[in-house]
Amino acid sequence: MSFLPLIISLLAMCAAGYWYGSKKALSSHSFAGQQNAGRPHLYGLYVVIWGVIPPAILLILWGVFSYSSIDVSGGIAGKIDKVVFPSLITVAAILGLTLAVRQISPNLRARKTVEAAVYCVLILASTLSVFTTIGIVLSLLIETIQFFEKVPYQEFFFSLNWSPQMALREDQVGSSGAFGAIPLFTGTLLITLIAMIVAVPLGLMSGIYMTEYASKNFRATVKPILEILAGIPTVVYGFFAALTVGVFFRDVGTFIGLDVVSESALAAGVVMGMMIIPFISSLSDDIIMAVPQSLRDASYGLGATKSETVINVIIPAALPGIVGAILLAVSRAIGETMIVVMAAGFAANLTANPLESVTTVTVQIVGLLVGDQEFDSAKTLAAFALALTLFAITLCLNVIALLVVRKYREKYD
Amino acid sequence: MEPIISAKNVSVYYGKKQALKGVNLDIPENQITALIGPSGCGKSTFLRCLNRMNDTIEGCRVEGDIIVDGKDIYDPQIDEVYLRARVGMVFQKPNPFPKSIYDNVAYAPRIHGLARNKDELDNMVLASLEKAGLLAEVQDRLHEIGTSLSGGQQQRLCIARALAAQPDIILMDEPCSALDPIATAKVEELIEELRASYTIIIVTHSMQQAARISQQTAFFHLGEIVEVGKTEQVFTSPQDSRTQGYITGRFG
Repeated sequence: MSFLPLIISLLAMCAAGYWYGSKKALSSHSFAGQQNAGRPHLYGLYVVIWGVIPPAILLILWGVFSYSSIDVSGGIAGKIDKVVFPSLITVAAILGLTLAVRQISPNLRARKTVEAAVYCVLILASTLSVFTTIGIVLSLLIETIQFFEKVPYQEFFFSLNWSPQMALREDQVGSSGAFGAIPLFTGTLLITLIAMIVAVPLGLMSGIYMTEYASKNFRATVKPILEILAGIPTVVYGFFAALTVGVFFRDVGTFIGLDVVSESALAAGVVMGMMIIPFISSLSDDIIMAVPQSLRDASYGLGATKSETVINVIIPAALPGIVGAILLAVSRAIGETMIVVMAAGFAANLTANPLESVTTVTVQIVGLLVGDQEFDSAKTLAAFALALTLFAITLCLNVIALLVVRKYREKYD
Repeated sequence: MEPIISAKNVSVYYGKKQALKGVNLDIPENQITALIGPSGCGKSTFLRCLNRMNDTIEGCRVEGDIIVDGKDIYDPQIDEVYLRARVGMVFQKPNPFPKSIYDNVAYAPRIHGLARNKDELDNMVLASLEKAGLLAEVQDRLHEIGTSLSGGQQQRLCIARALAAQPDIILMDEPCSALDPIATAKVEELIEELRASYTIIIVTHSMQQAARISQQTAFFHLGEIVEVGKTEQVFTSPQDSRTQGYITGRFG
């Protein structure tokens, strides 16, 4: 028995219940003059609620049941699954609807039940995302624990060698890889650092220009354009990095006699910085706007020029917020994947030279999970360990950033 | 006596809206001039013309002449930054910088390079705090943040900060409207003391305040000056019926 006919018939029943319920409330003589009884559509909704809840409970039970009886395929379980449950659900729906219709009277407070149902639906919606997050973290955690059963954590956190090549078959040689994550994290750090060197000054200065210097009209035109930059899919930035910027840096390098690889950390970092500029400029724009006008007035009133005011009053007042914005940007840069997949290399070099190729955590996660692999090998599990570490780092950065920003907000509101 | 400030036929526009309509006013030296009138009558706008603070508002246009110390301050040759150092301003709400008390007062001497060394700067800061009557209260906590003071102390800190720029003229835009009566009395007392060395122009909503502290009063209404004269005269025998209506509380 497939789901679709069952669902459609349930919906039809509910629609009928709604129509009948509101009609009954509307036509009943006893309702006339009863102000507090509520409007007819509430009674319709009341009927629908009772037509939905019993089948929904049964559906959940069905799901649990069929999941737990997966091993006993066929036999009696299969039959219950196919026949008994759908008919049970239909019966429950009909029962709920008829009982609800019979209850309709001026004394029934349908409004309260409907409000309670709305409340439950809203709670359900908001907790769902929380549970999803918890689920993701748990699954990362479980796989990571499995990984550390195969590879000692000392190797993962302290070894300098990353080469996760595993044998595909038992009898192949060289079956154990090296899982030292340090080169990946230094690579991530290097690219993030370059990105920040590009993005922080440019973003901050454009934010200052937008709030303090630009005319209203200019701001109204340019700010949305700058924000379009934030809407460009990162894969397009990746293109740009790999095909244009990387090649450009290599050619410039050749011209001045430097050996620059076309997948240099510099190219990936610079493009990532460009991606982050609108992020920083828009955040710092908001933060600088929140500095009270009275402080500007005070400074101008004392004969300070615009740039003196910016340097001596506005930036110090906005500094905590700006630091928060930068931390948020860093955590974005660390987690950024597409640009580095396309523009940075795969080789795990331990180097601080931006002209060489480095790899990042995200690139390696992609590399580990793309293609055919068994899901219990150390190679695959390593991806989860990397992901969990990355998650922990960005989470910490985000929490710190939010705390800093909140502390700043409290000061002026 | 030659007036220190002389405004001739001053009109101000915010975009298309005209906020001041041909205002003429002479302000004598070392006196307190009070600008009174109902909300939106243009008195704050006029005040902000005197140190060109209106320049910082987009779409604001000023016509007419304002002569301070014999110079037209809207002359393109005039540096408004220098002007604002000579014509200090105290705002409606106390607005100390989120810096230490010391740094608040040292702000103007630092940006204008008034002190040659740390000792001179220290002296300037202490002298300004002394003049503002705040020194005794904050002497042993000069390096605490300025916003930690009470509202009245913050406003006197702002006055000290304005004094440190070594102005001749001080503009005050309803300096007591955010303060309680006791803090108000202290600030008023301070303003009267400052009259000996500074010319003060004060916008106020409190007619009692204008009557208590000022020597000259100008009554603004709908962007024009209705009546101007010696404070005593304006309050005891106003010439214009609108002035009389306003000061007796019949409108405004």
